[in-house]
Amino acid sequence: MRSDDFSAPYDRLTRPLVREDGVLRPASWDEALERAARGFRRGVERHGPNSFGLLSCARATNEMNFMAQKFARVVVGTNNVDSCNRTCHAPSVAGLAAAFGSGGGTSSYAEIEDTDLIVIWGGNPRFAHPIFFQHVLKGVRNGARLVVVDPRRTPTAEWADRWLGLNVGTDIPLAHAIGREILDAGLANTTFIERATTGLDEYRALVDPWTLSAAEAETGVPAEAIRELAHAYARAERAQLCWTLGITEHHNATDNVRSLINLSLLTGHVGRHGSGLNPLRGQNNVQGGGDMGAIPDRLAGFQDILDARVRAPFERAWGRPIQGRKGLNLTQMFEAMEEGELKTLYVIGENPVQSEPETHKTTSRLRALDHLVVQDIFLTRTAEFADVVLPASAAWCESDGTFTNSERRVQLVRKALEPPEGARDDIEIMCDLASRLGHAWERPTAEDIWDEVRSLSPMHRGMSYTRLAELQGIQWPCYSEDTLEPSYLHSRLWSKDPEERGAPAPFGIVGHSPPVDLLDEHYPFRLTTGRRLDDYNTGVQTRGFSSPMRRGELLDLSPEDAAKLGIGDGETVRVVSRRGSVLVPASITESMRPGLVFMTFHFPDQVDTQTLTIDATDPIAGTAEYKAAAVRIERVAAEPEDAHRKDGTPAAEATTGG
Amino acid sequence: MDLRLLDEAPTIAERDAVDSFLGEPESGWDGGTRQDSHLRYARGGHAARDRRDLLLPALHAVNDRVGWISRGALNHICRRLTIPPAEAYAVASFYAMFALHERPRRVVHLCTDIACAAAGAGRLRDRLNERLGAAGSSDAGTTWHESPCLGLCERAPAALALQADAPARYAVAAPATPRALDALTESPADDDTTSGSTNGHGPRNGLTFHDRPLPGASAEPDPATAIPDAGSPDHVLLRRIGRIDPLSLDDYRAAGGYAALREALRLGPAGVIREVTDSGLVGRGGAAFPTGRKWNATAQQPVTPHYLVCNADESEPGTFKDRVLMEGDPFAVVEAMTIAGYAIGARTGYLYIRGEYPRALTHLENALVQARERGLLGPDVMGAGFAFDIEIRRGAGAYICGEETAIFGSIEGLRGEPRSKPPFPVEKGLFGRPTAVNNVETLVNVLPVLLMGGPAYAAQGTEGSTGTKLFCLSGGVRRPGLYEMPFGATLGDLVEAAGGMPEGRSIRAVLLGGAAGTFVRGDELDIPLTFEGARASGTSLGSGVVLVLDDTADLIATLVRVAAFFRDESCGQCVPCRVGTVRQEEALVRLRSGASPERELPLLREVGQAMRDASICGLGQTAWNAVESAVDRLGLFTDSTTTAPDARATTEEAR
Repeated sequence: MRSDDFSAPYDRLTRPLVREDGVLRPASWDEALERAARGFRRGVERHGPNSFGLLSCARATNEMNFMAQKFARVVVGTNNVDSCNRTCHAPSVAGLAAAFGSGGGTSSYAEIEDTDLIVIWGGNPRFAHPIFFQHVLKGVRNGARLVVVDPRRTPTAEWADRWLGLNVGTDIPLAHAIGREILDAGLANTTFIERATTGLDEYRALVDPWTLSAAEAETGVPAEAIRELAHAYARAERAQLCWTLGITEHHNATDNVRSLINLSLLTGHVGRHGSGLNPLRGQNNVQGGGDMGAIPDRLAGFQDILDARVRAPFERAWGRPIQGRKGLNLTQMFEAMEEGELKTLYVIGENPVQSEPETHKTTSRLRALDHLVVQDIFLTRTAEFADVVLPASAAWCESDGTFTNSERRVQLVRKALEPPEGARDDIEIMCDLASRLGHAWERPTAEDIWDEVRSLSPMHRGMSYTRLAELQGIQWPCYSEDTLEPSYLHSRLWSKDPEERGAPAPFGIVGHSPPVDLLDEHYPFRLTTGRRLDDYNTGVQTRGFSSPMRRGELLDLSPEDAAKLGIGDGETVRVVSRRGSVLVPASITESMRPGLVFMTFHFPDQVDTQTLTIDATDPIAGTAEYKAAAVRIERVAAEPEDAHRKDGTPAAEATTGG
Repeated sequence: MDLRLLDEAPTIAERDAVDSFLGEPESGWDGGTRQDSHLRYARGGHAARDRRDLLLPALHAVNDRVGWISRGALNHICRRLTIPPAEAYAVASFYAMFALHERPRRVVHLCTDIACAAAGAGRLRDRLNERLGAAGSSDAGTTWHESPCLGLCERAPAALALQADAPARYAVAAPATPRALDALTESPADDDTTSGSTNGHGPRNGLTFHDRPLPGASAEPDPATAIPDAGSPDHVLLRRIGRIDPLSLDDYRAAGGYAALREALRLGPAGVIREVTDSGLVGRGGAAFPTGRKWNATAQQPVTPHYLVCNADESEPGTFKDRVLMEGDPFAVVEAMTIAGYAIGARTGYLYIRGEYPRALTHLENALVQARERGLLGPDVMGAGFAFDIEIRRGAGAYICGEETAIFGSIEGLRGEPRSKPPFPVEKGLFGRPTAVNNVETLVNVLPVLLMGGPAYAAQGTEGSTGTKLFCLSGGVRRPGLYEMPFGATLGDLVEAAGGMPEGRSIRAVLLGGAAGTFVRGDELDIPLTFEGARASGTSLGSGVVLVLDDTADLIATLVRVAAFFRDESCGQCVPCRVGTVRQEEALVRLRSGASPERELPLLREVGQAMRDASICGLGQTAWNAVESAVDRLGLFTDSTTTAPDARATTEEAR
């Protein structure tokens, strides 16, 4: 079953495609643009601007994301714009914004190297954030202790001084127990709490039931290990708390984030050099996409769209009123498609067919659209459903612009290659579409667009291209061209002066809510999903490269479960959830414990993992609970050779019910 | 660390060997049995990686028990210590005494180095070939190898047998008569005396080796027999050897032991350094660096902790002085290290001893146990509120590890490769911390320095070379052995003290300073044996080797042996040495076969100069010394008499 034959050559899209008689055929740019524009115009005329949705691209430049949200808000007149950051870190942004007023990680990479304790919670950056992890390793070599909290003993955990293997979806009980222990042991930072927080009493009452033994019973982590982490975190002079999708891909993700933030409020590990909170972002520009306003509730610079005073300068600059209400996020857009409220979708560089949970639901929803335009560099599975496919350029090497990384650093990227003959720059395509829809957008340069961002977003104002080049990137906020802010956020919270301190950070009063997909005798295994080192998300960007470490999709399970079920290493098994089933080779690994199994979604053409996952979503941020499905594992008797099918069709089977 | 471990498992004996050294594994994650409770919590990280320096002793534990290091054993060590298998393999394969393929439990190391070759090691090699098959063959119950100098030159020719067991055993045959050699190769069949502790929980009483030699082999002679004039009232460094039981701390104290430490505690660290500086003591390992300056520089480093390393990796061919000191007066080494640690502000001293010295190791291990019991090592030395202890690290057959920075790598669990200087060890040494590295003989000199006071010590010897010096006499003299002489004596005085040459023999050449040293002619016996005198004569004392080759010696064969030694011992890290030592040996082999000196000598000179100029450590820099001096000083290859056919024929016969 194992083979590295999961590579397809990269076939860049170089000709526009339009659908005719149900199939996509090549077309001229003129024809394709005209068709795309006509579909948009017709949709808006018939069903109003809010029947339109736009998915922007977290891998494209800030400039492109700014133009995309401007397209939605100005050309179409809707706030229905979002991107895949919904599927990862929208809860981090929501949680951080609720506590501190803005949604970025609070520290910088250099501070990870200069801290005393690094806690990585619900993340495997050794595999999934290898660049960030180099900074972690520098910190470790400088003497920082590393604690990893993750159900699996990941390669990251193998580097750690301590690993806590909690049950999937019990992050809040663990965090609350740590908080209770810190309070109990008298290790809370009273100066910080008094100056900068509100709601301690409610918090104290909230965590009171979570004694160490209660938490041990719920999380599976030994009480002594919880106590040890509580003391280590509270006692550290500096500490960094980092998390990734193990926190955010849950139905109560924003609550998870709040429960972690609470610990930093309790101990004062925020707003100081070396102490902070860091959601590790996945795409090169997932931070920047949100910063640019390519999200339904914020304008560029993370400004609240509900505030008329915020909207006013944008309306003046753009000559068009902006709706004073939140648009639909990605998850809501898909629900609106099902309900027939969203009729037109413009997808730029996203692949929801393979990245959204419950694939069958996603495809049927896309089929229900009146008009789907996909703009991408490859013919993705999503593009196969499109009415018009527009071949785009690859942002990271074929356009000028800026990216914003996980530490909020805006960095210039410069065009190194011409796009292949026939492909066009994203911004150019949007401008052409805008012109056809009655907005005479010249084709501005990237710097023109950036200067427009700077004129509208105070936190980007000081970042001219010249200065970005000189300083090799600048972290936001940067309010003026002659100042630089500290590398960490929220130092205001430490100020003695209440005026300067501003709004205090409230403790998040959040309760425990176990995963929605319950385990029972029919579905006794907890399936959690994640990434491996050599592949990235749905594989669109990584499949084209061969890797000696790539083994295709696998079901990781413990030696104990394998023995119990009589499964051999490499044997194909059937994994069944309440929503569907797939065939996948088993991989027996000691990093798993009984009852826990793991898959990725890197190889959707081989094994469509999203068939198994549940679309229970976080009500605040809209992120789906990819991290916790209930499954059972069945041996497959005498499967035909090569069940993963080299013809490329997914090995998903019909839903077996249950 | 995310290791890619192999699937191979250790045998019970291998696991036991490793775990009894490292302690039982904590959980399934570090090599223990996987249990449910382990699947929720794991420790590791810094604590695990910080034990990297236990890699070399862990490899020894397996090699001592099983005789070789299997992939399963290596894998288990890697899991226990969080080391990538490729790195552990790189370390294990660095050392000549470790085998990574199965071999018999008993290994005979036959010394074929200069002194032993001159004493007939060639015939012994033939005998082993006949009885056990070719070197390294596993057909018999015993395997054998040719070895570089075993440091038993006063009893040449020598052989050492090591047998894996619980505990490991050894025996020495020196001088290796055919009968003594045969006793080492007898099949190690089960016999009642091996019972020892076969359930084998590592070294009992802190001892690595069984206290009795391999059955059938005779016990080694008393260490004092290495000193022909043992008991001489003129001895300073050797004064106790032969007079006390080297295993008895009480005996040592009855003979003046630990008076120097008491004096040191009275003087305080700065006072000790002042006395050592005033004494004019310089390093005896070969580089002759002032000891007081080294200690002072280390003591003043603000970075802590400081470390002391005692370099007992005595591997320079022809050198055996440190072995005799360690075997005959081990407590003196321990006391001197304690004083050094006190002076430089170290809490831990490492004594790095070469793997070929099992008896010295045993005597030192015994000394440490007794010193700890009496509070002379440990958290409160002599009740003075000063904490100091010593860890012994055993080398495994790598000459380069005696280089003062390579020794750090070896102790740290890395390959023993020298480091570029600066930074010097006093700034960044062992584990990257300020470190003083001193040779055994240097340290032992500190005891008389403190007992007589720096200025009084400095009054001995000459102005530029104070104190006394140990000389390792071997080769053609009547009474080879270890001699202590005040600085100022000439080479002739020393040869005279050793009884001169046997009837009818004359001195063809003397190798001063070992393989890294230089040859002088038999008519240069008036060279003063002082640092400055040797320098003025274009030679050096090095480690005190005085190897006398008589008129029957085959000089060319000796040079080829020296060249082969350097080629074998080059760590391979830098190109001039790695390639140069090979080219040098090739050219000498061609010359031996009659190639034209006009063609070969310019090449040798060019290669030699490149090694001297461009190698990063002393090994490469000195690898050409002996050959150069043989050409320039002895006139080898240029003077027709030296390559006379009859001399060649004699040699061929001898081989």
